[in-house]
Amino acid sequence: MGMTHIVDRRLNGKNKSAVNRERFLRRYRHHIKRAVAEAVQKRSITDIERGEKVSIPSRDIEEPIFHHGQGGKREVVHPGNQEFVAGDTIPKPEGGGGQGSGQGQASPDGEGMDEFAFQITQEEFLDFLFDDLELPNLARKKKIRELEKQLEALKSAPEDLDPAFSHEDQIKVLEEEIARLKANVKRIPFIDEIDLRYRQHLKQPQPATSAVMFCLMDVSGSMTQMHKDIAKRFFILLYLFLKKNYKKIEVVFIRHHTSAKEVDEEEFFYSRETGGTIVSSALKLMHKIIESRYSPAEWNIYAAQASDGDNWNDDSPVCGKVLADSILPLVQYFAYVEITPQDHQMLWYEYEKIQERFPQSFALQQIADPGEIYPVFRQLFERKAA
Amino acid sequence: MTNLMDRPTPPGSDQPRAREPISTGSEWTFELIQKYDDEIAKCAAEFGLDTYPNQVEVISAEQMMDAYSSVGMPVGYHHWSFGKQFLSTSKGYQRGQMGLAYEIVINSNPCIAYLMEENTLPMQALVIAHASYGHNSFFKGNYLFRTWTDASAIIDYLVFARNYVAECEERYGVDTVEEILDSCHALMNYGVDRYKRPAPISASEELRRQKEREEYQQRRINDLWRTIPKMDEDDDPVRRRKRYPEEPQENILYFIEKNAPLLETWQREIIRIVRKLAQYFYPQRQTQVMNEGWATFWHYTLLHRMYDKGLVNDGFMLEFLQSHSAVVYQPPFNSPWYSGLNPYTLGFSMFTDLRRICEHPTGEDRQWFPDIAGSDWLETLHFAMKNFKDESFIQQFLSPKVMRDLKLFAIQNDDQEDVYRVTAIHDDPGYRDLREKLARQYNLSYREPNIQVWNVDVRGDRSLTLRHIPVDRVPMGKETEEVLRHVHRLWGFDVHLESVDDGTTVQEYHCPPRELEED
Repeated sequence: MGMTHIVDRRLNGKNKSAVNRERFLRRYRHHIKRAVAEAVQKRSITDIERGEKVSIPSRDIEEPIFHHGQGGKREVVHPGNQEFVAGDTIPKPEGGGGQGSGQGQASPDGEGMDEFAFQITQEEFLDFLFDDLELPNLARKKKIRELEKQLEALKSAPEDLDPAFSHEDQIKVLEEEIARLKANVKRIPFIDEIDLRYRQHLKQPQPATSAVMFCLMDVSGSMTQMHKDIAKRFFILLYLFLKKNYKKIEVVFIRHHTSAKEVDEEEFFYSRETGGTIVSSALKLMHKIIESRYSPAEWNIYAAQASDGDNWNDDSPVCGKVLADSILPLVQYFAYVEITPQDHQMLWYEYEKIQERFPQSFALQQIADPGEIYPVFRQLFERKAA
Repeated sequence: MTNLMDRPTPPGSDQPRAREPISTGSEWTFELIQKYDDEIAKCAAEFGLDTYPNQVEVISAEQMMDAYSSVGMPVGYHHWSFGKQFLSTSKGYQRGQMGLAYEIVINSNPCIAYLMEENTLPMQALVIAHASYGHNSFFKGNYLFRTWTDASAIIDYLVFARNYVAECEERYGVDTVEEILDSCHALMNYGVDRYKRPAPISASEELRRQKEREEYQQRRINDLWRTIPKMDEDDDPVRRRKRYPEEPQENILYFIEKNAPLLETWQREIIRIVRKLAQYFYPQRQTQVMNEGWATFWHYTLLHRMYDKGLVNDGFMLEFLQSHSAVVYQPPFNSPWYSGLNPYTLGFSMFTDLRRICEHPTGEDRQWFPDIAGSDWLETLHFAMKNFKDESFIQQFLSPKVMRDLKLFAIQNDDQEDVYRVTAIHDDPGYRDLREKLARQYNLSYREPNIQVWNVDVRGDRSLTLRHIPVDRVPMGKETEEVLRHVHRLWGFDVHLESVDDGTTVQEYHCPPRELEED
């Protein structure tokens, strides 16, 4: 008697499966990325507070083993006979089929057996959204602190007799995890602590609780859906950045070709236009909206403009003038991204001059493919630290 | 079965009942768990259950999901498949479609059983009786476990395996290691020598031996391939016709580990790790009915004994019996919930009936079981537990009464006929036949294709040929080519699989696939 050893294991680490889960996500990253890309098309740029359900075709994640196929002669013993006697025959259903291995595999959740569905978290969603960028998750700082606490406790606790819970082992795992997270956090200036530091260099926000974000985009014929998807991801990043600092954020969408219009998000990203481009129309509209609705005394104003660089040449000097005279004095920050692999055109050179004059509140960068969205975003906003 | 009055009578049940139950509420505390365990242990001792020391660990639901996804290994190497398991477990649990209330118990010394903190006190007592005394005594007593597993070494070995795999990942990259593991997992069911007794292992010993193997193994493999004469030098027709291996080998992983020409030493070690795990799980795969039946019989019997002693009250028993009947519920074949015979039901019914045959034999029992009808029931049950596996246990002990109670019947599905045939039912002419058929159903080599290593073309292209011997014309399944790709990855040269029925090749698979003949 009394040989039983009763242990309270509840405070031990519960994330034993975390690595395996991560391995799974890693292995199926292409599937997940596709699902995330589809989801982001459907989502608003402000809808980033949740994860996403991902479905993978079951056949893609099966672990094959040798097993029997259909056919041949098989006998299976079943329970619950009612009226059968030996020698009875039962017609087979039309079209063959048969009873297979006798091991019915019903789906427990009513989902199709050909789909393996699971949930990824918000942070994972963002990770995959900016995949090539390895955008680390939002909660990592907190997690690091938690892990460090666990590590402390483990180091000071007496060694466990059960080798399955050997401290040395667990300490090693924790230390590796902490190092990994820290390395990740380094690559993410705006989401963790550094963004606060950057903010010091912005114009004093007043009041610090509300911000308005202007999204300006060229929708003329030369902007393809691919351009717009890149722009959308860029705007999501900006939204995430602002979200860390402001309680209340309003988003204003202004699209333009030869004339500008304030629209809702759906129309902004997904309706098609053709024709030429007059960028200054959007800047002027933005200025008008600020004047009428977003007094700089009450709002922190941010703007991001995306375009493929096309502009009607005579218009570019006008843009410079509107920015310098009307807009930049009112806003915290204005970022311009040119989504094109090609050479710059007139507008870019005009904007470069603006940047020289307003290094604190204006920046511009070029994006050639989706992989550059995050690094470019970083450069645009890191510059503030200088 | 849910009737409180219908309980078995254990020895010494004429003892006076204690006046006070251990507790009356359903909230558990560590003190109460300890008290219940003490009393369950006393009851178990009355019945002569011989167990490893117990370690009972209280864990959270999340930890239980972790335990589920590592197939009950308390320590495991990392692999995406465990992550997949974890995702589907947690999804099922979070939607409330799956209970986690039941136990996980590890065949180790001490025997580790997990209790979930959400369980009520009666459930905790049930799990302790079921796992810590039922399964535990089965692990310690059953010949397959005694032969194939070393309970005192398994945890150490798992630690060794995890560290080894982690080191390989560091050195060769996660993807490279994952590929090898994927391929090994595909062949895991073909990683056991059924007729050779393996040597027990421990971790430190394993580490020492692993170093030795590293040096020795590569030398040996080089030798094998070096001493093979080149084709033109060897025209002795007898020697050329001789196969390698001379006898077919059923342990495919072992054969590859020892003979694959191109594998790195660390890759061979990983194959060995998966092989050792296959060996560890091998007894469980063959004793599911017995093991669950035994554990269920004992939780039922031990907790009734507690009730007889007055240690638990009616409320406790009602809750316990409700869980118990859920465990042993067998939906009939035509129910939407039917998914084959429930091993808990079959095993529990058989052990319960075995006891009845000993204690209250009928004429039928004396005719069918002359040696055990009327014998000492405890001795007989222990004998059955120790010396059989599912197949032989059913063959030996499935009684006509259990076949009648479960209303068993056999259906034959022959693809050459356009009807299903009822071949035997629970009646006099059918009993023996039915028992035979059910026993066969639990024979691993009937459940899984019989595939062996047949030949290596040592003088030619080094291709590996596996041979499948079909039973009753049942062909290989859809994933066969997929698995062959894994064999090919390990072997490094062409791989063939031929189904040979009665001397005739009925189906062939090749990796890489053969080009279609040109017309």
